[in-house]
Amino acid sequence: MNLSIALRDSSGEKARSGLRSYATGLVLALILTFAAFGAVMSGVLPSFAAAAAIAALALVQVVVHLVYFLHMNGSPRQRWNLTALVYAALMGGILVGGSFWIMYHLNHNMMPMPMG
Amino acid sequence: MSVNPLAFETIRTYPYASRAERAEEQVHQDSAAQTTVLGFWIYLMSDCILFAALFATFSVLGREFAGGPTGRDLFSLPYVLVETLCLLVSSFTYGMAMLGLNTFKRGDVLKWLAVTFLLGLCFIGLEVKEFVRLVGEGAGPDRSAFLSSFFALVGTHGLHVTGGLIWMAVMAVQVGLKGLKASVSVSLLCLSLFWHFLDIVWIGVFTVVYLMGSL
Repeated sequence: MNLSIALRDSSGEKARSGLRSYATGLVLALILTFAAFGAVMSGVLPSFAAAAAIAALALVQVVVHLVYFLHMNGSPRQRWNLTALVYAALMGGILVGGSFWIMYHLNHNMMPMPMG
Repeated sequence: MSVNPLAFETIRTYPYASRAERAEEQVHQDSAAQTTVLGFWIYLMSDCILFAALFATFSVLGREFAGGPTGRDLFSLPYVLVETLCLLVSSFTYGMAMLGLNTFKRGDVLKWLAVTFLLGLCFIGLEVKEFVRLVGEGAGPDRSAFLSSFFALVGTHGLHVTGGLIWMAVMAVQVGLKGLKASVSVSLLCLSLFWHFLDIVWIGVFTVVYLMGSL
């Protein structure tokens, strides 16, 4: 994340590599965003394929933002940031996935039965 | 210039007896700044879980239209694309402000903060306009479970962005009045994390709410 840039000395080389990081992130994010909107707006893909494609593009774009805008990496000084992120992702996954799972079965079990 | 921005105040303000003493104080302040930023990061992760709960709600209720309008009827994707680009480019311009902070150029920081603020304001303006249109068309949060969860999720994100804009205005005033001293630098750093984080949440919003809702 930005801390690692801000806490280091600010030589010209650092500034240039920082600019390169943000510019790379912007270009990649723009490509991914246009691809996602294009996949839906063009209507060439069937619904299921389009949904899978935009979900995959969104995941890649999240990683692009984390790496190029928040400057996350595996360095030891970021260990706790990464730990917190992984934990939040796990909790978010349980929340969203768990809700989906429960409600799917609930809807399934609440189907009206034919009266006999 | 190779001065550490977060240690600037130390060097400028306090006349320490020895070089060693000054270095020790600098290390102390660096680690205090790092703790502040880590604490803010952990707040953001808890915010992430708040958004996860809202996403879970939307994914469960997002197809319960109660005979009312669906996402396909209501959303204009080109409009959402413009909103998305405003927020994405504002993330980049905030990065430029951070580079200004690293190279100690107060003018650059202020200039890029202003650009970021305007882009964020465009985003919020477009979102408020969309909400007003939806409510005007009778598609307010009281219409169906889909629209309740839509307004809860997108509205919470919009409130965060509004909070970020207020914070950004405050930071611009502080940079103007106090300069790039240590406390201001740490706040700018926390705001950058907040701003990039909101852009990441928006990726989820445009994908799950607008794009999947239009399929």
